[in-house]
Amino acid sequence: MPSLPPIRPEDEALAERVRPSGAFDAPADAHNPVRAGYLLRLGDDALILGQRLGEWCGHAPSVEVDLSLSNLALDLIGQATLFLGAAGDADDLAFKRDVLDFRNCLLVEQPNGDFARTMVRQLLFSTWQHMLYSALGKSSDQAIREVAAKAVKEVAYHRELAGEWVIRLGDGTEESRARTLDGLAWCWRFVPELFEVDDELEAAVSCGIAVDARGFEAEYRAAVAAVLTEATLPVPPDQRPILGGRRGHHSEHLGHLLAIMQYLPRTYPDAKW
Amino acid sequence: MSDWPLWEVFVRTKGGLAHRHFGSVHAPDAEIALRHARDTYTRRQEGVSLWVVKSSDIVASDPAQAGELFEPAADKVYRHPTFYDIPDEVKHI
Repeated sequence: MPSLPPIRPEDEALAERVRPSGAFDAPADAHNPVRAGYLLRLGDDALILGQRLGEWCGHAPSVEVDLSLSNLALDLIGQATLFLGAAGDADDLAFKRDVLDFRNCLLVEQPNGDFARTMVRQLLFSTWQHMLYSALGKSSDQAIREVAAKAVKEVAYHRELAGEWVIRLGDGTEESRARTLDGLAWCWRFVPELFEVDDELEAAVSCGIAVDARGFEAEYRAAVAAVLTEATLPVPPDQRPILGGRRGHHSEHLGHLLAIMQYLPRTYPDAKW
Repeated sequence: MSDWPLWEVFVRTKGGLAHRHFGSVHAPDAEIALRHARDTYTRRQEGVSLWVVKSSDIVASDPAQAGELFEPAADKVYRHPTFYDIPDEVKHI
């Protein structure tokens, strides 16, 4: 059976130029898939949590809390823009990928639930993100280093704010305590994924651009436990970890989030804002 | 939320300037009041320092006494330092 002639480099280059970008594209930075894959993890975490927090806009318990949550959302979307922008076209990556292509952890896509669950999720994530960004100050990749250095101050504030709220809700009324415990039970299952190291991350760590989060896992657990203790809440027992977000195996919630987030640019591709 | 006390927010816009009243926020306690003040009034780089004071701790003058408090000053122009001749060499006064 005759084989196909080899593809000429000039044809390949042309195809690359004219090919419409779409849902199943490889990361835009095809020359360095390890770096692009890691940037997607960082960017998608920030983007999806930013979108989630944005859902509170106009619905928060008070106008001041509404502004707080919107500020966090905008910080995160800003970070996502920079990380995704370092991997390719940030808008294309945010709006033209489908569920299977997202590399965010499962924690950030969890539904807001009530204010208590949102704050527990924020505490668990921001504490991790703060330690991660601090450690990424030593990344060998200049773009990652610079974005992390800028964002670490934003995230320090997210972490403090969430901690203050969890303390007040846990050590608050009977109802706020019960709701915070529910939120903790919901979110705790997704903590182990934050410290998972798969082959793709291993490759990024070994070339110096990424951080192995297991290096600060003990510090993380102690920090979260300190907040929970002050909130008079028990540290939940470890459950069977739920993994898969980093490989595109998401909960059903992400598809709904993307449907809302991507509706406008997909329906009106020429829209300008 | 409806039982959260009101806090008055004062912002220092730059080093060297005095804190100025910007508005108020509702918050359950002082720490959260500071954070609400930060998120509400300094999100566009308006400030470098914040004070919050419980509104109920502010002692205010009685508007009904405005006549006796403030009107007597109206016809005392000599209290304004505008009757001095300033030498030309003095620039910043």
